[in-house]
Amino acid sequence: MKNTVKILALVIIVISAISCQDSKKPNYQYFPNMYASSGYETYGEYKVFNGEQEAMTPVEGTVSRGWMPYDYKDSPEGYALAKDTLKNPLPYTEENLAEGKELYTIYCGICHGAKGKGKGELVKREKILGIPSYDSREVTEGSIYHVMYYGINTMGSYAAQTNEEERWKIVQYVEKLKADLEGREVRLDKEVAIVVEPVEETHEPVVDNHQEDAHH
Amino acid sequence: MEQVKNRNSVSRILLVGIAFLLTFSMPIMAQDAPAGDVAKGKELFNSLCAACHKRYKKSTGPALFGVADRHDTEWLYSWIKNSKAMIDAGDADAIAIYEEYKKTPMNAFPQLNNADIDNIIAYVMEPKSTGGPTGATGDFPPQLVDGTVVSNELILGALAFIFLLLIVILVLVNNTLRSIAKANGVELPDDLTNKKPLWKAFVDNQFLVIVSSILLLLVSAYFAYGYLMQVGVDQGYQPVQPIHFSHRIHAGDNKIDCKYCHSSARVSKTSGIPSLNVCMNCHKSISEVADATATPDHTKEFYDGEIAKLYDAVGWDAEDLSYTGETKPVKWVRIHNLPDFAYFNHSQHVSVAGIKCQQCHGPIEEMEVVYQHAPLTMGWCVNCHRETNVKMEGNEYYEKIHKELSKKYGVDKLTAAQMGGLECGKCHY
Repeated sequence: MKNTVKILALVIIVISAISCQDSKKPNYQYFPNMYASSGYETYGEYKVFNGEQEAMTPVEGTVSRGWMPYDYKDSPEGYALAKDTLKNPLPYTEENLAEGKELYTIYCGICHGAKGKGKGELVKREKILGIPSYDSREVTEGSIYHVMYYGINTMGSYAAQTNEEERWKIVQYVEKLKADLEGREVRLDKEVAIVVEPVEETHEPVVDNHQEDAHH
Repeated sequence: MEQVKNRNSVSRILLVGIAFLLTFSMPIMAQDAPAGDVAKGKELFNSLCAACHKRYKKSTGPALFGVADRHDTEWLYSWIKNSKAMIDAGDADAIAIYEEYKKTPMNAFPQLNNADIDNIIAYVMEPKSTGGPTGATGDFPPQLVDGTVVSNELILGALAFIFLLLIVILVLVNNTLRSIAKANGVELPDDLTNKKPLWKAFVDNQFLVIVSSILLLLVSAYFAYGYLMQVGVDQGYQPVQPIHFSHRIHAGDNKIDCKYCHSSARVSKTSGIPSLNVCMNCHKSISEVADATATPDHTKEFYDGEIAKLYDAVGWDAEDLSYTGETKPVKWVRIHNLPDFAYFNHSQHVSVAGIKCQQCHGPIEEMEVVYQHAPLTMGWCVNCHRETNVKMEGNEYYEKIHKELSKKYGVDKLTAAQMGGLECGKCHY
């Protein structure tokens, strides 16, 4: 009888010891210096940085590799200019359309809806309201890109989540949705010889001049 | 007794129903201005106006509750149809509003006729409901959530009770049997005092000693091995984050794609902790949660407080609807962290292999607070590489090597391991 009491006590102690393992704290490691990087890790917390965060915005005046400036201003004038002059540098291919659809579904469909009617999941659940249907608005490839880049009214900018090429693919898909809603034919370029045109070269210098003209 | 109870509840439902009806009829009666159709107005408001206007709160444009008291109806008709024309024509009220709202022009809505506008006005002139009666009539189903919690506790309680009962019954049965035995004169071998003590008998039996010590060694080796193997494994790690971000609400209820926020998982080694501007894409207009979002564990006030923390960190003035420029870093606590000597690339798994996030991160869309689902040990990685076929659809990059290797191994489809996914240098270099 005494033994069973002792065994019971032991079991209780073991169970309570196991249950004391705190899930809010990380576990022990064998050789922490093998686990932790001696360099600064992505999203690490280090005293040397401002706010102790490794994640920071780029130093002023610098850009990341491959990033190209977008010269249209975030203003009604810039919007109007982009609407009239900015063109999609990518060819309108089935492939780009498919990739555009994938990206649209991630970033836009949640509000604008799978068909672009402004009936996405967040609208259905009345979290975000007032999303227009694409066929009710005058939009061009340039204005679609401009709005994605800067955002408009309550819509935020998507420049942080997508890169230039991805945004242009989304533009193609949005144009397709708009054409579908309006019952027009969807634009598709004829297959040209496979020349992958670098995005950067196509529009900046020309546009820059326009911009200067518009402001003076 | 039963009947009285029933009657009581019926009359209460009736009362609540009347109260509910009254709250909805009041605004319509109170309105002397254009009597429009509230339901139609709501539909129009949600699709056209709500992008910039809220009813009881300033947004891109002014709060619209009370708008019919501030302006006369004719003025509203012409403003909504074309506000720019009014500003250009020099209407003093129009210019004042244009100036007050940072010269953001309001879209023209020539497609609306006066009846439509009446409907919208009827909708926006509804006073804010206090939530009492609507809550009672079942807009918000707390019973469901409560129910599961209560039933869990009930089951546990019932089980404990049954066990207790069993013990009591056993003791009682034992006692009665003993007393019956005594009464019948059966001798019970319960007198152990003159026998050898148990431990002495055990020590005398050498075979038993050897077997039990081997058993003891094996068992302790098993536990020691188990303990040592879990060192450095953080499965189940669930730290408290600086802002209580609920993946259940965002990824589960609202079905936001993982890659919406973790956008760099598509293209980079790291999956990316979203910067706060990504939060603000939606939270610019969502400053408080709906009543139905609250759970028994977390109240609406709690969630609203967490959104306020976000505003504080990103420097968003919710009153003025503008950024103050004073930002603070949010020090998220990293949960999934591979040791420095193992290389892992998210884009290879997410974009190339097309693996769902949930395969490694578990049911994220159900987690109120995220924990580490997988052990993230090498054995776990290798297992999956052995079992998973390489995704070849739309992947010309692997076409040639896949053809040759599948010929070599004599299979149709290669696993990641056969493709070289077990080579040491792929992850350790």
